[in-house]
Amino acid sequence: MYGTRNLAGSGESSKASIPGTPLFDGKAAGRGYQLNAMCYSFNDASNRAAFLEDEDGYCDRFGLTPQQREAVAARNVLAMIEAGGNIYYLAKLAGIFGFNVQDVGAQQTGMTVEAFKQMLLDQAQPLQERK
Amino acid sequence: MAKIMGGYFTSHVPSIGGAIVRGDQETPYWKPFFDGFPPVREWLAETKPDVAVCFYNDHGLNFFLDKMPTFAVGAAREYRNEDEGWGLPVYKTFSGHPDLSWHVIEQLVDDEFDVTTCQSMLVDHALSLPFELAWPDADVWPVKLVPIAINTVQFPLPSAKRCLALGRSVHKALANWQGEEKIVVIGTGGLSHQLDGERAGFMNPEYDRFCMDNLADDPDALTRDSVRDIVRLAGSQGVEILNWIAARGALGDRAHEAHRNYHIPISNTAAATMLLETV
Repeated sequence: MYGTRNLAGSGESSKASIPGTPLFDGKAAGRGYQLNAMCYSFNDASNRAAFLEDEDGYCDRFGLTPQQREAVAARNVLAMIEAGGNIYYLAKLAGIFGFNVQDVGAQQTGMTVEAFKQMLLDQAQPLQERK
Repeated sequence: MAKIMGGYFTSHVPSIGGAIVRGDQETPYWKPFFDGFPPVREWLAETKPDVAVCFYNDHGLNFFLDKMPTFAVGAAREYRNEDEGWGLPVYKTFSGHPDLSWHVIEQLVDDEFDVTTCQSMLVDHALSLPFELAWPDADVWPVKLVPIAINTVQFPLPSAKRCLALGRSVHKALANWQGEEKIVVIGTGGLSHQLDGERAGFMNPEYDRFCMDNLADDPDALTRDSVRDIVRLAGSQGVEILNWIAARGALGDRAHEAHRNYHIPISNTAAATMLLETV
């Protein structure tokens, strides 16, 4: 499915958005500051445990916005990104829930995890054909 | 005089660390990736570099978004890794080379790169994994480290052209360093991949091949796309190719490709390993 997508050729330097591709810019960074700060705290194992023990209280400590709270409660990655979350930081939160990047990819693309993994594997196909 | 021996370039996906811990190097899923490293290891065993200059991006270990330098150069006596939140092992500590770091910083600022200098700096998997891959049996890293972190996380990112120029300035510094050290340059990250958004899972072997085909002989070809176009072509995290471009600059004008390995996928990523020798 991805192989057939229309890729813009190099040299086209439009400011147009790239479909399905959030850019983490200043606006997003400003919007997501509290959420990303909370995720950054998860580098520390005791903070990960504190979050699991009292998720609401932990989100309170970092002053998450209602939109961010909702996205976290719903475990909804696209909503977290919409609320300013950066994927490298969100990955630390996803790890607490036991999600890896295939789980996160599957959720965002609306695929099953199996289908998402197969889609990744399928992208090797043109290379094998070339051999 | 110091001698720049060459450089290697590799993906740095965190799950490589998991594969190493589990001993999965020979499994069908991982073997095609790990098979890219014996030639790098042999070359390192032969050339025996004393110092590694490594271009990478931090993923929220040393730098949070409260202060986000575009270019940061380590000038510490040592660099530690720490828990990154994913349950991966904490990697070995690196010895720094502060004198060489400051020499590089002097050159960069002379060349009008306004870098951030770090006397205390944690280094994450993006730096540690390439060493684990290259020296899998080392108890202590056999090289001293000069780490250079590039912001590939929060836009605006530096242009590819600027990253190549940064690398070339580092090359000048290394070429006129009065020490006797042998130097290896490392570029980490990429190649095409995207973790976030509805386009998650995107890879682009065609663009990756363009990058690999031109890295040795015509790195300027990689600088003609804007960062936004690189994201379009390589995926939002594929923009880590900026680290490769800077590292290529640090090798100097002429380099030849000694080895290449490319495999899809590891995790969500098109993985590549390359070895370039200076001519």
